[in-house]
Amino acid sequence: MLPLKEKDRPIIQKLLDAGCCGRCILRFCCIGTQSAYRLSNEDLWKDLHAFVSNTEVASQTPSDDPPSKRIKLDSDGKADGGETEGVPMVTAEPTADGTESSVCVVCLGVLQDFCNPSFTKKISEVVKSEEYQFESLVLSVSLPAQLLVREHSCWLHIKKEVREKSMCLDKEDVIQVKEAFKWTVQSMLSETLGVPAVMKSPFEVAVGFIHPDTDADCHFLAEACSDCFHTSKNKERSVFTRMAVVKALEKITDKKFLNEYPSPPAGVKTACVAQETTCLHLSTYVAGRYNKFSRTLPQTPWVIDGERRMESSVEELIAAPLLTAFKCESFNFSSSGREDVDVRTLGNGRPFAMELLNPHRLKFNKMEVRQLQEEINQSSDKIRIRDLQLVTREAMGHMKEGEEDKTKSYSALIWSQKAITEEDIEFIGNIKDLEIAQKTPLRVLHRRPLAVRQRVIHTMSTSHLNPHHFTLQLRTQAGTYIKEFVHGDFGRTKPNLGELMKTEVDILELDVESVDVDWPPAIPE
Amino acid sequence: MEISEHKEAPSVIDRYYTRWYRTDLKGNACEDHCVLQHSNRICVITLAETHPILQDGRSIKSINYQISAGCSRLKNKVSGKSKRGGQFLTEYAPLCRIMCTDGVEYTIFSCIRGRLVEVNEDILKRPDLLLQKPSTEGYIAVILPKFEESKTVTEGLLSRAQYEEVVSKRANQQPEPC
Repeated sequence: MLPLKEKDRPIIQKLLDAGCCGRCILRFCCIGTQSAYRLSNEDLWKDLHAFVSNTEVASQTPSDDPPSKRIKLDSDGKADGGETEGVPMVTAEPTADGTESSVCVVCLGVLQDFCNPSFTKKISEVVKSEEYQFESLVLSVSLPAQLLVREHSCWLHIKKEVREKSMCLDKEDVIQVKEAFKWTVQSMLSETLGVPAVMKSPFEVAVGFIHPDTDADCHFLAEACSDCFHTSKNKERSVFTRMAVVKALEKITDKKFLNEYPSPPAGVKTACVAQETTCLHLSTYVAGRYNKFSRTLPQTPWVIDGERRMESSVEELIAAPLLTAFKCESFNFSSSGREDVDVRTLGNGRPFAMELLNPHRLKFNKMEVRQLQEEINQSSDKIRIRDLQLVTREAMGHMKEGEEDKTKSYSALIWSQKAITEEDIEFIGNIKDLEIAQKTPLRVLHRRPLAVRQRVIHTMSTSHLNPHHFTLQLRTQAGTYIKEFVHGDFGRTKPNLGELMKTEVDILELDVESVDVDWPPAIPE
Repeated sequence: MEISEHKEAPSVIDRYYTRWYRTDLKGNACEDHCVLQHSNRICVITLAETHPILQDGRSIKSINYQISAGCSRLKNKVSGKSKRGGQFLTEYAPLCRIMCTDGVEYTIFSCIRGRLVEVNEDILKRPDLLLQKPSTEGYIAVILPKFEESKTVTEGLLSRAQYEEVVSKRANQQPEPC
């Protein structure tokens, strides 16, 4: 039995006359019992008619309608709304087999033609074909914006009757189309796919509906509430977004709305068309450390004026096997700092993390992760990774934490203009915690703000190679620009190595020896 | 890498910058300027080695970034990645005036269109930097051309080869230039 009350009768009668479907009628009666919406169209229709027929006997005045609101508006122009009733545009009489005959004027068929096992089956087949790993799901529904206009029109049509049912009921208490759709389809889908439907599931199944015939329903709002609609930069997109229409409907007065738009809404010939079902799984994350052994491999793709410089990159080499394994479309790479294309990263490597977008596969045991790491390492001798592991989005924060106050160790090959002996460079090893001031290096100044940064060179040591070359080991505060500390960058880093050695020096090679960030945790080999 | 004992290696400028020149600026003989353009479009303005200021025995009395009563290049301030607020310079915008001890004053020009990012304040305290290291520590200013003009700003300038040609012609024409 439907959970309907005596006072629902006039509402139901008016909605039936207006051409509403059964579920829209339940919605406007503010029925929150989900099971009611899960009845088949036929059963729901029968139950509603049975209920109304009883009413007709009881109330005796179904045809004793006052004059139509629109007629009144036209004649005296000062209708105060609410106390009159609209002209039924479509009379939804039950057909011979006991079902409604025409497309619902409010939901345009969404709750009529699509809230059934066969549409649910279509969705579930799409989901199955994509071969996702998921343990729960959430259904999202995108509806044409004009449904909001039609909803409003219908609300104004029966506002008085609803208020009579209970003074405290308002438009917000009407069950939303989306809600009603989910109560039926989402629960069926959850059953079909054998996973629970939960509000915050990482796995989203999205269905959308369009109804081009009635897109013009919204157009009058553009003039009535011009401030709600801003022409978007993307001309492809309509300005009538759901957000904008909601805003406009909140602003517009009932009188103005009724002047511009029929209430109840006009009938339509065809129902909404369902768009392709799409699935989206929340990103998953992996982290590790990488070594870079090449001086011609950039960390990320290097593109100048839309043209690619250098083949491949660290992130692409790491990502390729991951994309295949997680069956995902794309990724975002991040790391604890970065090195220049001509700089190697040795030692334990540099921490990195990778967001894998829309992964179809998620479950990997430790053995499989190890195999993945091996696969990446086999794929190229330019890089090597270690400590590969699945991580949470939150844990990734540790990598960027203290990027500034951690230390980094480097090894550099230095050229000196002045001929040097071992003794000449000994003094460098005695310098401790040298404070330097670095203006943003010219080589990155085009994309970073100009600033002077104070950095500390904690320790240095040297090994003499020949009269014009030596190796310099440095341990510095993270964020120190090593190349500029050596050559001085037009005197913009002070002091610089050349200044300390009182000659011109240059840096020929640079290696990162360690990045002292203790995340992600090491994984024993 | 094989580490030979060679004395010279390509310098930072050789590796990352392209040298451009404007000679005889504003029709003044030998007042040659050099623009070092980094591959990232940043430009460093310096005196060319043939500039009269750098010729034997000259010394600098003062360097002045106040180029007019209302405009000082020292007041230039930039903020953010896009260097908002920097003075916009056209090719013949003066950057500074340099007075030599012999009383001759020279004006140094921008040479290219772009936003002034910084001027070298170190040469105010140590004018000798300008004389001893004119193409590095003794630079005059840093200019960032507009992104869309980064290829075209150097169009009217001479390449290193063209500049050398001009200089050698000068030597042939007048035994003692400048």
